Amino acid sequence: MQQFIATRIVQGIITLIIVSFLAFFLVRLKGDPVDITAPPTFNEDQKQRLRELWGFDKPLAEQYVIFITRAVTGDFGIAYLSKRPAMELVIERLGATWLLAGVASLIGLSVALPLGIISSLNRNSFFDLGSTMLASIGTAMPSFWLGLMMIIFFSVRLRLLPAFGALDPSAIIMPSLTMGVGMAAYLSRLTRSAMLEVLNEDYVRTAYSKGLITRTVVFRHAMKNALIPIMTVFGLQLGWLLGGSVVVESVFSWPGLGRLMIDSIGVRDNTVVQAALLFFSLSFITINIIIDILYAVIDPRIRFD
Amino acid sequence: MSASQGSPDNSTQQDGDVATLVTGHSRQPSLLSLLRRSPIGLIGTGIISLVIVLALISPYIVPHDPIRGNLRTRYKPPGFTGDDGATHLLGTDQLGRDIFSRILVGSRVSVLVGVVAVMIAGTIGVLYGLTSGFLGGRVDGFMMRICDAMLSIPFVIRVVAISGIVGPGLVTLILILGLSGWVTYARVIRGEVLKARENDYVLAAWSIGQRPLWVVLHHILPNVIASAIVLAALQVGITMLAESSLSFLGLGVKPPTVTWGIQLADGKSVINSAWWMTAYPGIAITITVLGVVFLGDWLRDSLDPNVRGRD
Repeated sequence: MQQFIATRIVQGIITLIIVSFLAFFLVRLKGDPVDITAPPTFNEDQKQRLRELWGFDKPLAEQYVIFITRAVTGDFGIAYLSKRPAMELVIERLGATWLLAGVASLIGLSVALPLGIISSLNRNSFFDLGSTMLASIGTAMPSFWLGLMMIIFFSVRLRLLPAFGALDPSAIIMPSLTMGVGMAAYLSRLTRSAMLEVLNEDYVRTAYSKGLITRTVVFRHAMKNALIPIMTVFGLQLGWLLGGSVVVESVFSWPGLGRLMIDSIGVRDNTVVQAALLFFSLSFITINIIIDILYAVIDPRIRFD
Repeated sequence: MSASQGSPDNSTQQDGDVATLVTGHSRQPSLLSLLRRSPIGLIGTGIISLVIVLALISPYIVPHDPIRGNLRTRYKPPGFTGDDGATHLLGTDQLGRDIFSRILVGSRVSVLVGVVAVMIAGTIGVLYGLTSGFLGGRVDGFMMRICDAMLSIPFVIRVVAISGIVGPGLVTLILILGLSGWVTYARVIRGEVLKARENDYVLAAWSIGQRPLWVVLHHILPNVIASAIVLAALQVGITMLAESSLSFLGLGVKPPTVTWGIQLADGKSVINSAWWMTAYPGIAITITVLGVVFLGDWLRDSLDPNVRGRD
């Protein structure tokens, strides 16, 4: 078990190193970063000094080594605009994004699991077809558009909920619903198919045949096994959720990491973009390692794989 | 993890088996005959055909100029009829442009981006997956770590970051979506290759001394191509949604090109008063992507049950 965890963590670190490589080159994708960021009034001499100041005059390999050794200690450089450490800005916003993603996942799971289970038990019923239909629409809808429509109904028409910001506790309702709906749509279909697969198994039939009631069979026997694919996809869906947060946070002016990244891209604040990218990736990797460990707890076979 | 159970066209699967028994060799029933039996497939194909036709002919059939508006008829609600007697079915926007006409023309970018970007991503991903799965060993391990790294930055964040740095534009946008979308294919195809490699006829091909490239192209590729097609259908929807997100954020296509995402961005600034500017373009996106989702689901159920894609 310990070895399993250690392997996963080492893999995660390797992944992060590759991500740092991507983030490093991303900023240099369009040639000299100084040419792009410097004000147009700068002459060549001033640009050269800027290059030296930011270390862009050194060979690429050396630049990368400097970047990574500083990044490990949490130093991503100073944000051009706010003149504060990029790391500090990111940490400040990380909590808001996690909170939003957490509430959205809770909404997603608490809608998806019951819907999926009921659908699988009443296959091809009116309920099943209806919820499949809703789930398809939920998958097809751009989440930020759903957010905009909610603003129209709940903020503009009914004046119930704040349309933006995070000052009032009720401000989280709309952004988290917006993100939760997409997740619920996707996970409910997955739950349904995972359950259907398990319900065909011999041990479920045995459980029924020894006279257990449906509830016991579903929760004791079927659900436990269906949970593994559901958890895998849930972990991957968190990535989807974090991705969506970039747009949804902009719609609702939610002070999270996604909005910080969009704002920083707007002013070409590359240090912050790099730091934000690495932290998105770190969040995603961490959650997926935790899920892998949870599997190993649920299903002993995985530990010895 | 089969996701096909309970789908409306389970029967087709059995029909296929019966055909195998009768004719003695496994011939898939033609897609067209499968389509006739699946309402989901029919609706999906119908929506997609309609959108493609509209994308092709929209510039010639729009009731109003989608780019130049009339400043005297700004922010008019749906159904508004101007002094000239022309009706704006879905209202007008901040420059007095007809929203219905703009939605029609906006389908062009969605279709173009969806199709071309997915073709780029699919080609790269299939080649990558074939190489990785076929070579195996350390090379495979390393290639998959690169995929892990790409996937650990969620798709939308990946494209937002790249297009934010590279800058907006239709061609750049297509390239960015294509060059960031291949990872999903690579992973799936690699898995399929690992399975296909163990087939007897592949081993037989090896044993009679066929060259590696021949084995890959003639014996392995045909086995994995169904998964690639299904995945591509699913990815078209995701790509279209990403395009609208990027254009909405101002990082995708720039005006005067008309896209649904730009229309939503225009609508957001006047969301307090002109709801129609936000509502209708979003409905257009939803219906289009729904068509793609239906088509993808149907293809998955009829071709290959083991694919799932969205990262």
